Amino acid sequence: MRLAGFYVFAVAIILLPILFQDNYFVTVVGISAGLHVILAVGLNLLMGYAGQISLGHAAFFGMGAYASGILTTRYAWPAPLAMFAGLTVVGLIAWLLARPILRLHGHYLAMATLGFGIVVHVIMVQATHWTGGPDGLSGIPTLDLFGWPVDSDLRWYAVVAAAMLLAIWLSLNLIDSRIGRALRAVHGSEFAAQMLGIDTGRTKTQVFVVSALFAAFAGSLFAHQQGFVSPDSFSLMVSVELVTMVVLGGMASTFGAACGAIALTLLHAGLVVFEDYEMLIHGALLMAVMIFMPQGLFVGLDQAVRRLLRRSGN
Amino acid sequence: MIAQAPSSTSALPPAKLLVVDGLEQSFGGIMALAGVSFWVSPGLIYAVIGPNGAGKTTLFNALCGFYQPSAGSIRFDGRELLGLPPHRIAAQGIARTFQNLQLFFNMTVLENVMAGCYLRTRSGLLAAALRFPKVRREEWQSREWACEALELCELTDRIEQPAGTLPYGLMKRVEIARALATRPRLLLLDEPAAGLNDTESLALRDLIERIRASGVTVLLVEHHMPLVMNVSNRLLVLDYGSVLAEGTPDEIKADQRVAAAYLGGAVQYAV
Repeated sequence: MRLAGFYVFAVAIILLPILFQDNYFVTVVGISAGLHVILAVGLNLLMGYAGQISLGHAAFFGMGAYASGILTTRYAWPAPLAMFAGLTVVGLIAWLLARPILRLHGHYLAMATLGFGIVVHVIMVQATHWTGGPDGLSGIPTLDLFGWPVDSDLRWYAVVAAAMLLAIWLSLNLIDSRIGRALRAVHGSEFAAQMLGIDTGRTKTQVFVVSALFAAFAGSLFAHQQGFVSPDSFSLMVSVELVTMVVLGGMASTFGAACGAIALTLLHAGLVVFEDYEMLIHGALLMAVMIFMPQGLFVGLDQAVRRLLRRSGN
Repeated sequence: MIAQAPSSTSALPPAKLLVVDGLEQSFGGIMALAGVSFWVSPGLIYAVIGPNGAGKTTLFNALCGFYQPSAGSIRFDGRELLGLPPHRIAAQGIARTFQNLQLFFNMTVLENVMAGCYLRTRSGLLAAALRFPKVRREEWQSREWACEALELCELTDRIEQPAGTLPYGLMKRVEIARALATRPRLLLLDEPAAGLNDTESLALRDLIERIRASGVTVLLVEHHMPLVMNVSNRLLVLDYGSVLAEGTPDEIKADQRVAAAYLGGAVQYAV
């Protein structure tokens, strides 16, 4: 049962809004968490599996959001078409960027992706004529799926949940395949990967593009769901947060990344009551997890449960 | 993602599978390989020996495309390999293991070896992500191939273990199994006996002979003299980047220059 975990997760996601009707944490925070899951699962393909860091992933998230926002408000394109156009453009930019940038390793790659994120952010702030500048872009219409307007929290929950499950399913399939093993081989040893016939440059480019597309897809949904985008949502801090989600949940695990994204989103929402102390508690919790579960929340718990089962089995 | 198919196998195997001619490789003025020439017949176990720094691993790295030699040629089954990147050379049917382990520690033993089936499968990114039926067939097929290679290397009881948890000797075997999973015509083994105890070395000798028996030509770099002398059909002796001698084990044992290069005197060849 390769996808057993996936089905359990899917059932839980479907049951949540039925069990907890009109619950703020499900229908409002849940949507935000779902978008974060798409972002984290995509970033995990690049970071966790292929071992290539990106500190500029918020840029792709933002480009997807702005593409949808600009095309629907300024040019009155239908939302699905705008989303498709956004994905195409982001895919193309990621592809052009990948070859030169992925020749770099470690800290240098981190710096380059960081720089890219900053450049895109500056453009969002400065290109006022298109993006609305620091004030952002408002009046973005909601998604309309073939005559079914996504106009309530519950409908948005359904759309984001479906998109999130699709992202997880694609990621699980990909990892457990020839391409997925090539990705992990690149991470394990580029030398050895090449001697197995894997074109490492091409493989890294592919995963970079896929990862960027996941982010742009989430960005487009975000723009239509919020009805408003501004550069603040795609700053450097957001990129760092995305990396934190992947590391917190557990690198090189699709459910780990999903778990990290959900945990961090809930944490933010839950800690709001502490007001000024929010960041303090937030930071302390992250440190505690990393000290006591360096392999990540999900992976750590998973291993602990397996150990318990084995012990009770004996 | 179309890997180059191996050239069609003719009825008669070529007399020379690998022909290296006048290979030169220098690193900042130091000639690591100073015009090395030799050829390997198919179906042989061919060993490359020499003192430390003689250029053995440099030769391997040049054969695999990790270095760009300044002169010479490397012809494999009639095709020039010089200038090809490593992944294209692998596609020609050359596989290798590494002196310092290059195992994928982020995968299980089985996954390591299944990664070796990359060239024998075709499905691309989209097909894999959407799990087309042909992907499912390929997965099943890769698993079969990987299990065959693991069986040959006597690792069947370890397949689900993370590669990093194995003892050192078995890790080296996983590397061999992974290389075999590419279905190579030429297998390069870079010091497979380094770090192994005597029992493991004997088992390794059996394994190398089984590999040859399965139709794979083996090129071996090794320091362990008893193993080399027992297992190989021919030897190439390198010293300071040049060929010092070439011949059968008996011819090499009798060669005074080889003995002088190694120890400045007699060498212990016996077990």
